[in-house]
Amino acid sequence: MADAARESAIRAETTTISGHQGDKIEAYLARPLDAGRHGGVVVIHHMPGYDEATKEITRKFAAHGYAAICPNLHHREAPGASPDDAAAASRAAGGVPDERLVGDVSGAIAALKALPGANGKVATIGYCSGGRQSFLAACSLPLDAAVDCYGAFVVGTVPEGLGLKIGPLTHLVGQLSCPLLGLFGKEDSHPSPEEVAELEKLLEAAGKTFDFRSFDGAGHAFFAVNRPSYRVDAANEGWRLIFEFFGEHLAD
Amino acid sequence: MCSYETEMVDVSGSGKGAAGWFPLEQAMVYFDHPVHAPAEHTLNVDFLNHGRGPAARVAVELDPGAARALAETILAVLDRTQVPAGTR
Repeated sequence: MADAARESAIRAETTTISGHQGDKIEAYLARPLDAGRHGGVVVIHHMPGYDEATKEITRKFAAHGYAAICPNLHHREAPGASPDDAAAASRAAGGVPDERLVGDVSGAIAALKALPGANGKVATIGYCSGGRQSFLAACSLPLDAAVDCYGAFVVGTVPEGLGLKIGPLTHLVGQLSCPLLGLFGKEDSHPSPEEVAELEKLLEAAGKTFDFRSFDGAGHAFFAVNRPSYRVDAANEGWRLIFEFFGEHLAD
Repeated sequence: MCSYETEMVDVSGSGKGAAGWFPLEQAMVYFDHPVHAPAEHTLNVDFLNHGRGPAARVAVELDPGAARALAETILAVLDRTQVPAGTR
């Protein structure tokens, strides 16, 4: 392979990792093939599942020089099922338990750190429910950076009767282990601008390093290029901020 | 918005999924992002049989207005035919 081709090549594949309590779960791994050292990114998929759009995001990080892995958080409920069927099965079971999420992300981090060329630095990024889970992981595990893209129910209260095994995470703010980038839409209602402001205050009070950006004209899921919620200006600026943030915190 | 708004209801009957007909156990009703419908949010119904695996699913994603019209139509048809609740 010519040098220029080698420098830009990536490899993307489905693999198996050890998740919570040693469970073997499916994950999608994408990584650069050049001989350099690379930071790692755990991509936490949204509630609609371990889908094509999230795998595309995972490959994007590899194309930008990071080893990226997306664990299938719905693997246990529906091994081998299509992402939409698996997401429905997970929803019917009450969603992904927080403790299991932390265990699965921990396994994903270990898989990244074991790769040849790993520089030992790892971040999480998550979208929608994954935004909340990225924050949860950053408060539960030693990380170098974390990105929360419009995660609901980090603050506030989960309405009763939803049947979901989740709650707010305000009690964990003091345990945040790394700098946090938060990207939100001003027209979102979950999280609302008021909830984003509340989380900002809690992080300030706890003396944490964070950067929150809220975009005009954008609601929930503005990064989702295959959905009507996509907002090109917010998404482009969001991606620029993400790569700037990772460049600062995941470099050698 | 990511509402997580989900309700489960036990149902009996049959549905036709990707692998043919199967008996239904539950319907899961939720208002959230669709997988396929060109809308930010839809009223979604999944008819499920957990014992037959995740692919035993009949899924619909409806515009909220269409979902309401469908619900009213179902009730109207049941009322016209005077079928009491619990009747098989």
